[in-house]
Formats: sequence, C-alpha cells, structure tokens
Amino acid sequence: MQAANAITSKSLGALPGQAALNSGRVDPARRVAASTEAITQRPVTSAVATVEAANLPSAVSIQDLNAWYGQHLAIRDVTLEIPDRRITAIIGPSGCGKTTLLRCINRMHEVVPGARASGRVVVHGRDILAPGVDPVAVRRRIGMVFQRPNPFPTMSIFDNVAAGLKLVGGVSRSEIQDRVEHSLKRAALWDEVRDKLRQPGTALSGGQQQRLCIARALAVNPEVLLLDEPASALDPIASLRIEDLVRELSAEVTSVIVTHNMQQAARVSDYTAFMLAGEERVGQLIEFGPTQRMFTNPTDPRTDAYITGRFG
Amino acid sequence: MAADHLTVSLSRRVTNGAMKALCTVAAVFASSMLLLLLGYVLVNGIRYVNWEFLTTLPKPLGEEGGGMANAFVGSFIMVGLASVWSIFVGIGTGVYLAEYAGQRTGPSIRFIADVLTGMPSVVIGIFGYAMLVVPMGTFSALAGAFSLGVITLPIIARTTEENLRLVPRELREASLALGIQRWRTIVSIVVPTAGAGLTTGAMIVVARAMGETAPLIFTALGNRFWAESLTSPTAALTLNIFQYAVSPYDQWHQQAWAASFFLLAIVLVLNVGARALAGQALRR
Repeated sequence: MQAANAITSKSLGALPGQAALNSGRVDPARRVAASTEAITQRPVTSAVATVEAANLPSAVSIQDLNAWYGQHLAIRDVTLEIPDRRITAIIGPSGCGKTTLLRCINRMHEVVPGARASGRVVVHGRDILAPGVDPVAVRRRIGMVFQRPNPFPTMSIFDNVAAGLKLVGGVSRSEIQDRVEHSLKRAALWDEVRDKLRQPGTALSGGQQQRLCIARALAVNPEVLLLDEPASALDPIASLRIEDLVRELSAEVTSVIVTHNMQQAARVSDYTAFMLAGEERVGQLIEFGPTQRMFTNPTDPRTDAYITGRFG
Repeated sequence: MAADHLTVSLSRRVTNGAMKALCTVAAVFASSMLLLLLGYVLVNGIRYVNWEFLTTLPKPLGEEGGGMANAFVGSFIMVGLASVWSIFVGIGTGVYLAEYAGQRTGPSIRFIADVLTGMPSVVIGIFGYAMLVVPMGTFSALAGAFSLGVITLPIIARTTEENLRLVPRELREASLALGIQRWRTIVSIVVPTAGAGLTTGAMIVVARAMGETAPLIFTALGNRFWAESLTSPTAALTLNIFQYAVSPYDQWHQQAWAASFFLLAIVLVLNVGARALAGQALRR
C-alpha cells in the first residue's frame, strides 16, 4: 500500500502534503514510518530518492539542488522531502556534502565567498532560493546549531540567548525575559544556569555551551532547526544529553541533523538520508527513508556497505 | 673514520659558537640602548620636575621658574582630536578591509595604508600645512590634529583589520544564522569580540601621536601662551622639547629634560597599559 504511495519527489508538480500543511498539521503516529518497509526492491538512482513518507507533510522540500564552491560542484541534484516535526539525519562519509546540503536549507551556504546554489528549497510553499527572498528572513525561521559550541564570548548567558531578539529588535524587554527563560528550559539548561544568567556564556562546560547555542537558536522560534554535527566536539555524556534534547524538541520543531556517527543517527532520527561523494568529490543523495528501514533493510547496496561499516 | 662522521667537527662548533655570541651581543646592545635612554631621560628629567612646571605658563627669558602647562594642554587637545577622527575613520577602513573589501579593492587599499604608514612624518607635516594652514591663513591646533591623525589613521586601519580577522568565522556564522543582519553582526558581535585588540591598538597609536614632532612644526607651530582657540597657534610638549633643547639657555635645557621626562612617562604608561589589556584579552 505504501509502495504505491511511494513516489519520486522529482516527478512532483506540487508539494506532497502541502495542502495538509496549510489546512492544519497532520500528525500520524511515528510508527507509520517504521511499518513502511515493504517497498519494492527497485534500483534507486542517485539523483532520485524515493520518498516513502509521502503521506507525511513535509517541512522542507528540496528539489534538484546543486551547490558549488567556486568552480567545484559539491552536491548534485539532491531531491528530498524533509518531514514536518520529525528528525531527519543526514549521514555519509567525510566530504560527501552533508553540511553543504544542510547549509543550503537556511541559505548559510552562500555566506562562504564564491559559494552558490541552484534548484529549489521550498519551505511552506515558498522557494527560499528564489531571487528576491531575503536570506535574513529565511534564517529567522530556520535556525542552526554548529559543530563546535560558539556562544558569543562578549555576552552573558542571558544575552547570548537574547541576542537574536535584541539585535533584530521589535521585542519588548519583558517578552525577551520570558523568551530567554522559556528557551533555556526547552534546551534543558535552565536549572543549571538560572542563578548565573549574568555570567559569560563561555564560562560554561562544552556540553552546556552547546545547549546554550540550542537555546539561542530556539529563542527566535524557528520552524526548522538545522544541527551540524552538534555533538561531535562533546564527550559521550554531553553528547547523549544533546540527543535527548533533540528528541524532546521534535514534537514542536522539525530537525535536520548532520552526523558522522551512525549510532547517533540510529538513536535519534526518524528518517535518514544517506549521501555519498562519487567521482570528482561531487556529493549525491543515495537513499532516503525511515531510519529503522535504512539501518535494517537498505535498498541501495552502497547504503548497506556504509552502514555495515565496509567503508567510510 | 666512521666516528668522524658522527662527531661534530671543530670548525662547526666554532662557527656555531661565534654566531651565537654575535647575536647575544647584538641583543644585549639593543636592550642596553633602550634602558640607557630611559634611565638617562628619567634621571636627568626628574631633577627639574616640580608642580610649577605642570601648572604655569613659560616665564619670559631670564626669569627663573615657569612651566609648560599650555604645552601639556595643547598636546592633549591635539592628540585627542587626532585620535577621535583617525580612530573613527581608521576603524571604518579596517572593518571595510576585513569584512567587505573585494579581491581588487582590498589589496590596493591595504597597499595605500602600508605606504602611508611608512611616510616620513615631516612630509605629513608639510601636507597638513598645505591642506589647512594655507587656506585658513593661520597655524592651529586643528591643523596639528589633522596631521597627527594622518599618521595614526593607517596604523589604526591595519590594526583593526588584523584584529577583526582574528574573530572566528563561527561567531559571524552563529550571528547570521540567527537572522541577524550583516551590519548588525559586525557592529554587535565582531567588533566587540575584537574589542580588547582594538583598544590596545588605539592606545599604542595615541602614544605614537603623543610623541610626534615633525607634523606639528608646520601646523601647530607652538605658542608661549595659552592658545586662544582651536584655530590659533598651539603649544605642544614635543615642540617645546625641540625648541628648548636647541636653545643656548641652561634653564631651557632643564625644562626640556623635564618635558622629556613627562612625555616618556605618558608614552610608557600608554604602552604598558596596552600590553596589560592585550594580556588580559589573551587570558580570556
């Protein structure tokens, strides 16, 4: 039944689930994803990934995305539906374009001199790569957490979380207070810092700093949270706390997490996208599907080879 | 035979030793020059330092006593004005170089700034004379401040650029990813993060301006009385040192020593303060 539903997003005219999105959030049980394993074993070309979750509304629809650094094509023809309020992991060996793909979703890719992208990244019906779209506005709706914790060193814990609100303006002082507290609570950091909000953010431990950065990103109420290997610089305990946190947040926020760590992808995500760079270091999307199926019964032999540790 | 290949030959040991000795002598000579200069000025100067020197105007020739109050005030006013405009423009230029400059504009502005840094200060004085003194028809503190600023401007621009480049890219990206605009990111995140470095650079540059003489000769001229306004000839410590030291009067020589003592003290305090600040920034 699901197999019949499985469509290649490349063939889509309109966005799947977009109507559902506009008419209110659909929230099918997360289990549905896991039960969609009965798919036809047809070969998956690298350019077209099967979207088994076509019945889920998508938060971000990536279509034929190409991204360059100067002359170098970093990712080619990526087409991917990122399900709404689910956690999608992007895995793959180093240099396969995971981070580049992630950075295209909030237009941070173009911050690198000489970098550009083509294709469509549709968020709630708007192509954010289209000319005339303000990247600043895009980034307010799509937050990002980086590999290394990067709190602003000149700011206190409070000011770090408030930065996105204060430096853009239009938010009252009392609302900033509330939002900072709320964001720190959502980031599971409030109890640890409630008595030292005026201390510098850099005085916290690495794991706390990363949660501070998550709180900072949450404070502007993004619809999507992009996490670029958020735990790779942390010790295993701090790393697990970040994973728990991302899981808790997934009820409200769509998350996309890039990770080197396959166990982490398996533990934390609902969906997994596997990328691989072929000749000339051009990254491509190899396969996308519910995490459980990707790890137990991948369609593509390359996915199988990667998750069983035969390369990477 | 084989042992000869493994032991260090005598000639090599001698060359090594001679090289090390030469460099050590050079280093000792260099530092002793600096220490001698400091010691000489401090010892000679402090003898003639008194309260009157700081608070009164120069007395007419032949009369005992008198001070350089007008020169202290003149120096501070001109260095202050020069700092204000050159720090403002210099930081702007540095931000442009570090954040906005393209492949072509960046190197050319950087080149111009570096050439300007190496410009003889007396030439900058003449430039100030031509630009301000001639059209205004008078020597003035404004012209002096202008010339001093031309000297400090390129230094500030390059220091700012270097310090902004030290700010990690991750911080800029963290800010941009919050939907904070580029200019806001620079003003509220990048510049404050480089703050200690910028302050250090500014202090060193103020010290440099404090000690300049040549740019003031053709612009501020000097004055034995209080300057009536910013557009009249103005006294400065360095000008007085020059004028008093080349005079034939013992009393003036003593006052030149005292002025040198204060000038050195001011410059030292600024430099040591800048170092302390930079050290603090490193520790953070």
